Amino acid sequence: MADGGLPVVARFEVRHRNYLAPDGSINRPLPAFASDADLLTALYRAMMLLRNFDRKAVALQRTGRLGTYAVSLGQEAVSVGIASAMRAEDVLLPSYRDNGALIWRGVKLEEILLFWGGDERGNHFSGPVEDFPFCVPVGSQAPHAAGVAYAFKLRKQPRVAVCMFGDGATSKGDVYEAMNFAGVHKLPVVFVATNNQWAISVPLRLQTGCETLAQKAIAAGFIGEQVDGSDVVAMRAAAEDAIAAARDGQGPRFIEAVTYRLGDHTTSDDALRYRSAEEVQARWKEEPIARLRSYLVGQKMWSKAQEERLAAECHDHVEAAVERYLATEPRRPESMFEHLYADLPRVYAAQRRKLAGEGDA
Amino acid sequence: MPEMTLVEAVNLALARAMEDDPDVVVLGEDVGINGGVFRATVGLQTRFGPERVLDTPLAELLISGLCVGMAAQGLKPVGEIQFMGFLYPCIDQLVNHASRIRNRTQGRLTCPMVLRTPHGAGIRAPEHHSESTEAMLAHIPGLRVVIPSSPERAYGLLLAAIRDPDPVVFLEPTRIYRAAKGEVEDNGEALPLDVAFVLRQGRDVTLISWGAMLKETMAAADALAAEGVAAEVIDLATLKPYDEATVLGSVAKTGRCVIVHEATRTGGFGAEIAALIAERGLTSLLAPVARVTGYDAIIPMARLEQHMMPSVDRIVTAARQVCQFS
Ligand SMILES: Cc1ncc(C[n+]2csc(CCOP(=O)(O)OP(=O)(O)O)c2C)c(N)n1
Repeated sequence: MADGGLPVVARFEVRHRNYLAPDGSINRPLPAFASDADLLTALYRAMMLLRNFDRKAVALQRTGRLGTYAVSLGQEAVSVGIASAMRAEDVLLPSYRDNGALIWRGVKLEEILLFWGGDERGNHFSGPVEDFPFCVPVGSQAPHAAGVAYAFKLRKQPRVAVCMFGDGATSKGDVYEAMNFAGVHKLPVVFVATNNQWAISVPLRLQTGCETLAQKAIAAGFIGEQVDGSDVVAMRAAAEDAIAAARDGQGPRFIEAVTYRLGDHTTSDDALRYRSAEEVQARWKEEPIARLRSYLVGQKMWSKAQEERLAAECHDHVEAAVERYLATEPRRPESMFEHLYADLPRVYAAQRRKLAGEGDA
Repeated sequence: MPEMTLVEAVNLALARAMEDDPDVVVLGEDVGINGGVFRATVGLQTRFGPERVLDTPLAELLISGLCVGMAAQGLKPVGEIQFMGFLYPCIDQLVNHASRIRNRTQGRLTCPMVLRTPHGAGIRAPEHHSESTEAMLAHIPGLRVVIPSSPERAYGLLLAAIRDPDPVVFLEPTRIYRAAKGEVEDNGEALPLDVAFVLRQGRDVTLISWGAMLKETMAAADALAAEGVAAEVIDLATLKPYDEATVLGSVAKTGRCVIVHEATRTGGFGAEIAALIAERGLTSLLAPVARVTGYDAIIPMARLEQHMMPSVDRIVTAARQVCQFS
């Protein structure tokens, strides 16, 4: 041996989880929940709603009625699969591309539109009140998740924090600092990295020298698993396992959801500048919605009539939300001082009055 | 009432806050068995346990980010950053999260956290241990920035900071951690935030400062008194939001003002006060506002640092010039 027979002190493995092949056939026996047709179709419906919503949001942006927007196209299975395994009392700490998770947790479409339309009231949303709003500074929500999970542990609450971020975020110290701390204290937190292969124009191979992102958990002392992020059954199963383990006091887990961003990074991006149409075209064969549909149809769990009804439902749901969004009364300028502090310091009251047009500051 | 140092008063306030409220959690590097590098947290872990007095990994961004997460859950985290020079990784969390989560979520989530750190030069410490970049923090909307200048105010203001429903950065003047002594009653009473303290009344000139520099500022007021000049001394105490009324009221009375801080001159907090007086107190001014500050240089290491920091002489000279202006 070149190493002179030095003893091996540790060895690690990273597993990859997948059930549904791109054509909808199954690779392994499915987890128990998959026999529940209502649940599987609910996952399907949620992904479809998200795709319809994304399409509409982009149209609104293109016509000047929404600000910059980040689509989930191609990665709907990640946020839907993860959120579907959470309980209401768990806390979600999402990135800006996790609309699917927010919607699953009860946030209204018009609230999401308000946020991307530039109105903070969108963050005062109808989801679980302790969930965090979208995090824009990449990865900076990971330490919050550790703090939330620490609070759960301190108060002996059987709750789990679920923190979502992209592959780019795994390059940040924030994420590693949070994972490291979570490992030290065996906190009830699940970190989910959506590896959609790109951080704007930077490909994964320029983001990390690792074979997997999942192995980053090993350095923090817990299990990291790679999951087919275009397989919603795999996403839900992995999330269920990780969340259950965390709730059970076994400490944190890390899920790398391997998927592909089929759309532009945001409506301000043109992905053709850095990747070919052929590459994207090839990836369309793996996308999560057609995959699940093939399986459902093959199992007679889904019919053409249901598909048509769903399309109409999604359309109506989205259009009604857009109407409510567009009809929302604008905020008064001086409302920027609302919720700045618990009580607005007296010295800023004059600035507020000035904005309200009541004298000068 | 027992006499104690400023750092002992910090310790007393932390213990009192933890005793009164089970949601108060202290965290940072070496805050546990070691009691913090300045001993501000000494004895707390023995008394309140390692879950509430928590030695974190060496990661400052994490400490501030953990505080945000804990605070959003209704805990009252008090994070310690060992020296202000290591606070910079926390700026992301302070600017992007702590100070604005209430506003971003329209009150749905809040951030009742405190981040404590030693502040300022004059302790012959290594590089990066003598920072006074309070102006950077005072620029952040939604934050409170508080600097005590005596044991009594350290106790009362820290209690107020911990009880405050919003994030507070609490800057502790390192140079007078042990040099400042005073009687502190452990009565659990907070002092008001956002309020300046008039340490000395006077009619001729207003001297404004905060933190450790009040030591030199008070000494300068003594020296001026010996020359027949009655200086009013204001301890600003809370820099964000600061007590404009006390500043303007004092300048209306004296007509003259000298602002003293050891931080770099350009864009320092003194510039903000001078601008306020120019905007709203000009008619009462009998002389231009003067600033006695550090230079626009990096705080030198031990051998030169005293040249950076305003001396009693520099303050007295500036006050004399302001008083003689015609
Ligand atoms: C700290 C930080 N740096 C830079 C940006 C600008 N930015 C926004 S998204 C992004 C790429 C993030 O990629 P990734 O984490 O993989 O998430 P994805 O967008 O693919 O979901 C960058 C660089 C930011 N929001 N935050």
